[in-house]
Amino acid sequence: MLHCVIPIRMPAPDLTILVIDENAIRASIIEEGLREAGYNHVTVVQEVNGIARIIETAKPDVIVIDIENPNRDMMEHLFQLTRTVSRPIAMFVDRSDTALIEAAMEAGVSAYVVDGLKKERVKAILDMAVHRFNAFSRLQRELAEAKSALEERKVVERAKGILMKMRGLSEEEAFALLRQTAMNEKKKMSDIAQSVVTAAGLLM
Amino acid sequence: MMRMNEAGSSLGAPSRIAGTEPKLLRAGFIPLVDASVLIAAAEYGFAAREGLTLDLVKDVSWANVRDRLAFRQFDIAHMLSPMPVAAQLGLGSNPSPTITPFSLGRGGNAITLSTRLFERMQQVGGIAETATALENAQALAAVIAAMKEQGEPLPTLGMTYPFSSHNYEFRYWLAAGGIHPNQDVKLVVVPPPMTSDALAAGAIDGFCVGAPWNMVASERGVGRIVAAKQDIWPSAPEKVVAMRPDWAENHPETVARLITALDAAARWCDNPDNRDALAEALADQRFLAAPVHIIRQVLAGEFSLDAKGNRRVIPNYFQFHEGHANYPKPGHALWIYSQMIRWGQAEGSEKGMAAAAGAYRPDLYRAALGTGPAVDDLSTEGADVSDAFMDGHVFDPSTLLAYVEGFSVRTKLGLTTSPDEPEA
Repeated sequence: MLHCVIPIRMPAPDLTILVIDENAIRASIIEEGLREAGYNHVTVVQEVNGIARIIETAKPDVIVIDIENPNRDMMEHLFQLTRTVSRPIAMFVDRSDTALIEAAMEAGVSAYVVDGLKKERVKAILDMAVHRFNAFSRLQRELAEAKSALEERKVVERAKGILMKMRGLSEEEAFALLRQTAMNEKKKMSDIAQSVVTAAGLLM
Repeated sequence: MMRMNEAGSSLGAPSRIAGTEPKLLRAGFIPLVDASVLIAAAEYGFAAREGLTLDLVKDVSWANVRDRLAFRQFDIAHMLSPMPVAAQLGLGSNPSPTITPFSLGRGGNAITLSTRLFERMQQVGGIAETATALENAQALAAVIAAMKEQGEPLPTLGMTYPFSSHNYEFRYWLAAGGIHPNQDVKLVVVPPPMTSDALAAGAIDGFCVGAPWNMVASERGVGRIVAAKQDIWPSAPEKVVAMRPDWAENHPETVARLITALDAAARWCDNPDNRDALAEALADQRFLAAPVHIIRQVLAGEFSLDAKGNRRVIPNYFQFHEGHANYPKPGHALWIYSQMIRWGQAEGSEKGMAAAAGAYRPDLYRAALGTGPAVDDLSTEGADVSDAFMDGHVFDPSTLLAYVEGFSVRTKLGLTTSPDEPEA
């Protein structure tokens, strides 16, 4: 379920946003969200190689980077170098907005913002990024769950086949035996099925 | 689930027992050998003996560790010794009040150059395989002079973080050899686990990082170790345990118990009889996830300088406790500040000195352990031959600005070069 709260407002067209994300799918989800919200100056990069030049050229007002990117330390170095020149960049404009900060860290979003940018303008972007990051995680989770459900069904099928062959049971009986054993041992049916498959592999 | 982060987007606020001080401390760390004391405290019962549980949370960047400590996802954190100093000075991206009452020990860093660059240093500089750290730096200076003459691109060198011991040690070594780190080479940040690959790929020509990454590169035959932390300044502080000052103030008993636990763990780590057990713990997937034989060698200070069999043994390559290695000496914080001024990261001022020194909290250390070194907190550094700086300078914290001006190679504010990074 995709649940995005994007405030309807006219975002200033001059706000330039750089998204750094090694995950191409998530990056495009963020980019799409930003464009839908009316931000037209969005640059997305998956690799941090050559990032200094990209920052020099794009001159982003806001940089969104995933928190698991080890290259954050490299970004900090770049900011340190440019700091004395003209573009001080700080993380999170409003330190008092703990709800947003927590939500961002939980979602895995980190951001750098040019000093002096109005809070509200950045908040909208961060909110969007947080929602999209979460939506992406949900998507991944659902995909993983669907995949593991499929795997579980497969292993139950194999266990059923083994029981039918080795003990001469019908399909219904094999299934009932697996289910009863799972209930007796307070385990998942797929775990019991896996044991059957493993044991059969050892014994045959 | 595809989220592979271990530092947890799913982390809530660390738990508390209502009305009492916290028993469960969430501690952020970066997988490095110098996190040993924290890991030993958690794994070998030293924290438990003080009624504490250390929940160690692996992280991927110092920026994350800093932010997660600032935003209260961590109670305490394994940090680079200059990070609390930078935080108290208001430097960097997200400076937030940070102090340290306990240093995690000395040693562990080294400088590695590509074998290609080292061969050239041997040709141009005529150095022997057994050259000292200073001779190696001077030979690199000769190679750089030749590179400039022939219009070749200058070496790109990696370190870990702008406010790191590695940054200052690398710069110190380069400058001692007559190389200006902002003008004669390109310093970039490379995450430590990537250093060896970056060197092999030619993206960088050398790096200064902690263990075990220098050894990893030299054993692979892609790098040559040219200096160890001990060669530059044996007493140089390395990592610390950092916390928010308000947290320390609100939980004095927890802080005291933590320091007691860490002190016991540090003594244990220093004992050679425990090194095998320590190596086993460090090698674990939850911590460094690195080959145990390399960790054992690193802990013993047995260095493979290259893949050709040149070896060197550095006694006390890691000092986890001996010689008051855990004492957060304000003079050390001021030395870090002096290097920040030297390289244009900070301006020198009385206010800055107070802020920098205040990042280190020997009062908390002494309150917990009732002991500390006999020397003054602001005593002279490097005067003793066993504790000498590689260029012979002596640091007297009371004449900090004059000390900075005494270096012929340094940066004046506003003269930093433009940013750049490796191309691979």
